[in-house]
Amino acid sequence: MSALITTPTGPTPAGPVGRLLRSRLVAALTTPHGVDRYLERFNPMWAAHEVRARVVSVHRETAGRDTAPVATITLEPTSTWRGHRAGQHVLVGVELPGSARRLTRAFSISSAASVPGEQITLTVRANDDGQVSKYLVREAQPGTIVHLSQAQGEFTLDESPATPTSNHLLFITGGSGITPAMSMVRTLLRDGYDGKAGRKVTFLHYARSPEDQIFADELAAIAEADNDVTVHLRHGDQVFNELELRRLVPDFRHTDTWLCGPAGLVDLVRDAYTGPDGELSPRLRMEFFKPAVARAAQPGEAVEGEVSFTRSGTTVAADGASLLEQAEAAGLSPEYGCRMGICFTCTRTKTSGTTRNVLTGEESSLPDEEIRICVTSAAGDCHVDL
Amino acid sequence: MTTTAPEKDERYHGLTAEQIEKLGEELDALRQRIIADLGEADAEYLRKVVKTQRSMEVAGRALFYLPVIGWVPAVACLSISKILDNMEIGHNVMHGQYDFLGDPAFNSRMFDWDTVCPGEQWKYSHNYIHHTFTNIVGKDRDVGYGILRMDPDQKWHPYYLGNPVYAFLLMVLFEWGVAMHDLEVENIVAGKRSLEDNKPLYPGLMKKVKRQALKDYVLFPALTGPLFPLTFAGNATANLIRNIWAFNIIFCGHFPAGVASFSEEETADETRGHWYLRQMLGSANITGSKLMHLMSGNLSHQIEHHLFPDLPARRYPEIAEEVREICERYGLPYNTGRLGKQLFSVFRKIVRYSLPGGTAKVSPVPGPDSVTDDSLAA
Repeated sequence: MSALITTPTGPTPAGPVGRLLRSRLVAALTTPHGVDRYLERFNPMWAAHEVRARVVSVHRETAGRDTAPVATITLEPTSTWRGHRAGQHVLVGVELPGSARRLTRAFSISSAASVPGEQITLTVRANDDGQVSKYLVREAQPGTIVHLSQAQGEFTLDESPATPTSNHLLFITGGSGITPAMSMVRTLLRDGYDGKAGRKVTFLHYARSPEDQIFADELAAIAEADNDVTVHLRHGDQVFNELELRRLVPDFRHTDTWLCGPAGLVDLVRDAYTGPDGELSPRLRMEFFKPAVARAAQPGEAVEGEVSFTRSGTTVAADGASLLEQAEAAGLSPEYGCRMGICFTCTRTKTSGTTRNVLTGEESSLPDEEIRICVTSAAGDCHVDL
Repeated sequence: MTTTAPEKDERYHGLTAEQIEKLGEELDALRQRIIADLGEADAEYLRKVVKTQRSMEVAGRALFYLPVIGWVPAVACLSISKILDNMEIGHNVMHGQYDFLGDPAFNSRMFDWDTVCPGEQWKYSHNYIHHTFTNIVGKDRDVGYGILRMDPDQKWHPYYLGNPVYAFLLMVLFEWGVAMHDLEVENIVAGKRSLEDNKPLYPGLMKKVKRQALKDYVLFPALTGPLFPLTFAGNATANLIRNIWAFNIIFCGHFPAGVASFSEEETADETRGHWYLRQMLGSANITGSKLMHLMSGNLSHQIEHHLFPDLPARRYPEIAEEVREICERYGLPYNTGRLGKQLFSVFRKIVRYSLPGGTAKVSPVPGPDSVTDDSLAA
């Protein structure tokens, strides 16, 4: 039975229709394509296994002065959405106009923890090099359909008003890294957190300028209210420093801390949480984003970079040969067929980095991209699932 | 002219090594141009075909509830659905033609089609073996599919007296033939493969066979209650119609008269240009209407498909003119004809090669001096 249900964990939408659509009988009748391939013909919001969502509204948070503009996108998910815990993220797939290619990226959910079928919001900065984020902020319209994964990630809030502890909670965020922390604070406040239990919440956030401050009004209201949540906003040149944190939260290394922000902030905070013994405090939780990609080599220029075959744990220096040849030279034996790019037997996932198609010369830095390793070479650092 | 004589000897199908490389470059450039242009129109086309196929399928399944008068339209809808699913959608999606969309529903690694052959196994024998070693006798198992003698270079054996009978059986049981193809029975008989080698294939094959049979021959008939026998017969008929159609289209791809076959020796040290040349000489097209091209999954453009197996098939008609023009300039045959003509030619081969001997009737290439660098530049 479980084999027919794609993801067996967590509650699935109840109701006789949902149960029927996920039944073995319907799976047997709709083989080999599956019931979702038929339901979508009638209504893109009908699904039995997959998750999709309709854009309900797009609300500009900031116009963007020193950084790109930010918008909050409210999504109405299909009944297959299983809800999320505060702090989790979701993979969002959009079909970009023009190229028709579907690109999928991870975004933190900014709304409070949700239950199955409930609306969620994403708060997204339209980064110049982020095709999906630019699309969501600038082009998505109410009614646009996007593809979703279930919520994922362990950067979550375990505390709730019902948790019988007096833990102090500390959030340190920078830029759009505020979104998962906002989901956590919103969840606490929504669920009746009133601070009377003697639990303190400290929210320390860094933004480029007041104009680039996301959720400015809501944060002001939270700071104003009698809820024991203190909000510290830092703008412009004010960078994180340990002394200031020590003043706000003297015992920070022993305080449950959630950290999310750009690499510079993360490095500084990590150092602060590293004790004299060199140990990183276990109370610090961090959300990682994919590391920046090394610059691609120009055609003809010697390739510099490392190819990591992540599954086997092998790393070799990029030498311009095809990734298949490089893998074989490193003692791996990946599956292959024609070795000329026509049979797709050797297709693997490049999780990050820049590669060049040796047939077309085209370079690509898309993460989680399927590549034919027999006709693809590294054009810089790259990670291949092999 | 005597000074050029040694070079003439090196000509292959009328072309010098340099000309073959130039041919390869021209085709690479053509391929490049189409790849750069892929986008929304291709996505829209595929989704439209898929929508039509799914609608046909739903309509076909539903019409079986209409006793007597619904039966013929039901079979028609279901046949069209299966033909579209297998040819314009399945064959092409599993070639990776639409991988660029990034849509898991149309990804070559995830897609499976409405036939008993598991897509995973077909991709090995088709995308890799057949498309890489096209028409190399002894390497391309699609030359006679291990059952038929379709080339004079296949050694005759009294078994081949049954050629026409085997071809007929393969036609009516085509989906089963395709599913069994990966078991390489002929190589087991020849002692080149052991039964042990097939063991890993059985679970996937059995799973797919069971699912397809359960759907078409048990569940959908049972859902129509007392009409069970009619629905059962209707589903079997739709599968049969698809089998006959697919067999006929596919046999026109490489077996009509004039299509060249190759030896392992002559293809041992192939360049990309040589590979292109072999694909052109080893394939044949079918002329016809737009509907004909759609229903054949654009395999009516077999030549273009073999040159560019990973380009969306809807692009083949638009590049056909250019490919034809390239063939003309290089003095190469461009084998095409109406379905009836190509089929008749295939039928003659099936009968002729059931008997010993036979000579390959490869389309003549022009004299060694007719293709010059000047004529290529034209």
